[in-house]
Amino acid sequence: MSKTSFSKEELERYSRHLIIPEFNIEGQRKLKEAKVLVVGSGGLGAPLLQYLTAAGVGTIGIVDFDTVDDSNLQRQVLFSMDQIGKPKVNAALQRLQGLNPYITFKAYNTQLTSENALEIIKEYDVVADGTDNFPTRYLVNDACVILNKPNVYASIFRFEGQVSVFNYADKEGNRGPNYRDLFPSPPPPGLVPSCAEGGVLGVLPGIIGSLQASEVIKVVTGMGEPLSGRLFLFDALTFETRTVKLMKDEEQLPVKELIDYEFFCGIKDQKVEERKVKEITVQQLQKLRNSHSEFQLIDVREPYEYEIAELGGELIPLGTVMDNIDRISKEKKVILHCRSGIRSATAIRQLEDAYNLRNLYNLKGGILAYADKVDKTLAKY
Amino acid sequence: MAKLIIPTPLRKFTDNQGSFETEGATVQEAIETLTELFPDLKKHLLEADGKIRSFVRIYVGDDDIKALDHEKTSLNNDSVVSIIPAIAGGSAGEYE
Repeated sequence: MSKTSFSKEELERYSRHLIIPEFNIEGQRKLKEAKVLVVGSGGLGAPLLQYLTAAGVGTIGIVDFDTVDDSNLQRQVLFSMDQIGKPKVNAALQRLQGLNPYITFKAYNTQLTSENALEIIKEYDVVADGTDNFPTRYLVNDACVILNKPNVYASIFRFEGQVSVFNYADKEGNRGPNYRDLFPSPPPPGLVPSCAEGGVLGVLPGIIGSLQASEVIKVVTGMGEPLSGRLFLFDALTFETRTVKLMKDEEQLPVKELIDYEFFCGIKDQKVEERKVKEITVQQLQKLRNSHSEFQLIDVREPYEYEIAELGGELIPLGTVMDNIDRISKEKKVILHCRSGIRSATAIRQLEDAYNLRNLYNLKGGILAYADKVDKTLAKY
Repeated sequence: MAKLIIPTPLRKFTDNQGSFETEGATVQEAIETLTELFPDLKKHLLEADGKIRSFVRIYVGDDDIKALDHEKTSLNNDSVVSIIPAIAGGSAGEYE
């Protein structure tokens, strides 16, 4: 087989790699021959895709089903304002093709699922997981284990990041630990930080996604020691970094096939279990307000959310609702709301169960729906 | 006294405190003292039977306590106990 060659323009483009003795044209050749799949083109995907493209990875696949939203631009520096509303994969391609014309891109404007994951991932040598939810993380992990692909993992939350290289085959062909060795199962949805407790410092994915890109390049070129069997932790607030050892969990059953990951992560389960509560639409709320009807409006979000947008309701955060039963009317119609309607429904169930109240109504769609349908001056978040 | 590091997602249960000094002689004692102080933390760390939950790892120094003496791993004055939780991303929409 003839060696992969480079044009004059490519040699000049990559000259800063070629003059590193340990990297040289051999490293560049491995990059050019490599096929890397980036799952998620958001916060982590932005540095990942840009550095892998700039570095000269020959074939790059991008999976994302989302469209560019204004609230992405705080951290997803791959996109610009004129791309709002466009599919992220198309917006990414536009930027990346302008950055490096010597790369073959393959865009998948779809959600990675148990049905398509194996088909998509099998075409690639290395996978980089830049997703933002547990079901997709377990899906990417299991597909990589089944197909024997290394999975360069990074995850972020608020001020903290994690990086590792999962399922990496050493020189003897032994596979290192994977995501299930670290976390055999995900936290149930009720325990994971909900939207009120989400958020991420905009620069954090830039830092962590760049480390992830560096690990992808090491895995592809075989340079240095990939972060296999180790987990890197970064806390931007304290600037503490730690690298801890990861081991295989002998109790883990081998992954043989893909499963229903929404179910595995307890998401579908929860939807079935929840008891319905009485609802009121945002239009009905507006009518009640305009007619000066007697009712009580309670906002169960957190104070820092109230600062972003509010409907003038009494602020009683979900966690304190039961302690504030005295403030909740037993006679009047009481309308509870949150951001999207999930937390306020939880509050209603708690109150109905504990105090047998029958005068509680959930604002369907929460303040987001109100901002969409009634008051367009409200900020959505 | 050993040091106990609380990760960001769990700091809401510790009045936003990120680390604690602990007099516990073992990991188990350190966790027990912590969860007595902050009872809401308990269900995020421990199963009903007291085992560490499957989406949390406990490390002493660089080592998973599973590679040491599990919950009975002893602590000394220089020990740093880290609680490492599963995090998926800062997405707002996934669960709400």
